[in-house]
Amino acid sequence: MLKYWKKTSEKIVEGLLFLSGTVSSLVVLLIVLFLFKEGLSVFNQSPIEEGYIIAVNSSNNIDRLDPHQIKDIYDGKIINWSEISGPDVAIAPFRFSDITDFTIEGQLADDFSNLSFVLDSIVAVNPGIIAFFPEKYIKSGFRGKTLEKSKLGVIEFLGGTQWFPTAEPAAQLGVLPLVLGTLWVSFGAILIALPLGLATAIYMAEIAHERVRGILKPVIELLAGIPSVVYGFFGLVVIVPMIKDLFGLPVGETGLAGSIILGIMALPTVITISEDALRNTPRIMREASLALGATRWQTIVRVVIPYSISGITAAAILGIGRAIGETMAVLMVTGNASVIPTTLLEPVRTIPATIAAELGEAPQGGVHFKALFALACILFIMTLIINLLVEYASSKSIRSKKN
Amino acid sequence: MNTTKLFLFALVPALVLTSCGNNEKQDESKKEEISFTIKGSDTVLPLTQKAAELFMKTASENSITVVGGGSGVGISALMDGTTDIAMSSRDLKTDEKLKLSEGGHDVKISIIAFDALAVVVNPSNGVSNITREQLEGIFTGAIKNWKEVGGKDLKIIAYSRESSSGTYEFFKEHVMSKKNYASDILSLPATGAIIQSISQTPGAIGYVGLAYINENVKTLSVSYDQGTTFVAPSVEAAKDKSYPVSRPLYYFYESSKESLVMPFIQFCLSAEGQNLVKEVGYVPVN
Repeated sequence: MLKYWKKTSEKIVEGLLFLSGTVSSLVVLLIVLFLFKEGLSVFNQSPIEEGYIIAVNSSNNIDRLDPHQIKDIYDGKIINWSEISGPDVAIAPFRFSDITDFTIEGQLADDFSNLSFVLDSIVAVNPGIIAFFPEKYIKSGFRGKTLEKSKLGVIEFLGGTQWFPTAEPAAQLGVLPLVLGTLWVSFGAILIALPLGLATAIYMAEIAHERVRGILKPVIELLAGIPSVVYGFFGLVVIVPMIKDLFGLPVGETGLAGSIILGIMALPTVITISEDALRNTPRIMREASLALGATRWQTIVRVVIPYSISGITAAAILGIGRAIGETMAVLMVTGNASVIPTTLLEPVRTIPATIAAELGEAPQGGVHFKALFALACILFIMTLIINLLVEYASSKSIRSKKN
Repeated sequence: MNTTKLFLFALVPALVLTSCGNNEKQDESKKEEISFTIKGSDTVLPLTQKAAELFMKTASENSITVVGGGSGVGISALMDGTTDIAMSSRDLKTDEKLKLSEGGHDVKISIIAFDALAVVVNPSNGVSNITREQLEGIFTGAIKNWKEVGGKDLKIIAYSRESSSGTYEFFKEHVMSKKNYASDILSLPATGAIIQSISQTPGAIGYVGLAYINENVKTLSVSYDQGTTFVAPSVEAAKDKSYPVSRPLYYFYESSKESLVMPFIQFCLSAEGQNLVKEVGYVPVN
């Protein structure tokens, strides 16, 4: 009886373990699926808002405009159609919300009943007009010409250099500055975190007295528990002005400030993992090295570090992973200007900061909302590559040890 | 919970009908059981929250739910009927008016406060007057050095709010004649961060709500008439409308719900409510 009971309870525990494993894998899979479904659908949409059209006068020979041209026209940077191989007429940009500037008092009925007639006559009368208004107000026999609405292209999205997701009438969705900004800041962070972290790990694993190590280790692990917004505020108040004065810059919110903060935040990961790797070096190897007459320093450099190099690589890569995904601290110190960074001493905008700052107000299902999901997909692929690299690094060392 | 609420909703009109005329007192006590939702602008949110708290204290039967999310969110909730009051830091857009009139909604507007935006620079900056055209040039990237607007030879560092903020949109529409910000503008997630950054960057310029001004930053006087008159931002100047960069804060509600929401709006416009407006840092209506 007791034996039977033992068996059943074992079965139940096994079942529970299986269930929790399946459920959590399924949840992760579903999240990824959802992410990619939302993100990839951005390419089915036009940067011009759903349900809106752009129309020009019928005498105009322009048939299509790309989003940059539309933005430059509405920003007043292109002021004549001849600049974009159209007729030599000054451009009159018209937004639906400006309708009262184009009509005389009383022309537009209070209940908007004659709206499509008014829109039609505005477009027909002005030869230089470019009008942006909802599609449903096109009256039959519309005397203007509507421009072709092209979908967002993959190259335009990945290679575009302008990020103005809320620009009207055409959103500018070029993610190149954001991707480069993320890589740039994370790269800087690991340049700071790796030497510092490795040095601390070596000190703790090889040199420090047991009592010192007993104090140091919890303190470093405490670093991982500080909320990132606290790091962000510390960065804004302390590190940003410091960088500005040190390099004589006009502005302190730079990629470097983000790198320093992220470097500090990645330290616990780098230290803990590389210290574990260092301490895993078999005692025999260390003793053999010392017995051959090597000094402690020689033993560390020639024996311990080479032996644990895969663990140290994993620490570095996981540190980058931590830095790439970090949101709040970066949002506060890097200045978030969406320009392509050329040095670490310029403001940059990262992917996580962009998502955090913009997702709240992006209309659900719109092109901006989906573009943010596509950004999340890019971030996901970046971290996936990093994790694969970790796998590769650790598997490689196991093989070399076996040989 | 839900069924009891439903029951109450059914009960109140029934009681009102039956007690009509013969028992005034009971009628009034039942009417006080007010429960409604306010949704919309994050700018108006702190004010509404405080007002709602105080209003609920005066009569324990009142239950008001206040939700943020942005002006646009509130207005579309008003269209769906999921909120009773939409708070907004801007007037209705043409297409919103259109959608509302198409849906057969009759929307009433009440202005509960004004908010003024101050243009702020580092205290070490010698410039103290600026025109709207110069501000447009600075934020669209056409003007890059302080000497172009009469200051020192110093690079201009322009700070803005994130694009999700109503303040970002307001500044773009009101000051930059709807042109887009330059792409090298620094954007920060919070007004506090803008104040902090401007106070430690000599060439900085930015915009914040009047309530956030402190001694670490210097405000500029703004001219909307090509430099003829410059007005410094202050509560008084915003009140008499001589300061141009100010906006009303609105409550929108449907006329059919007027009897439900009017006590609260009247409370906001009362002396007590307008004191709260001052406390939160906005400009009272009267």
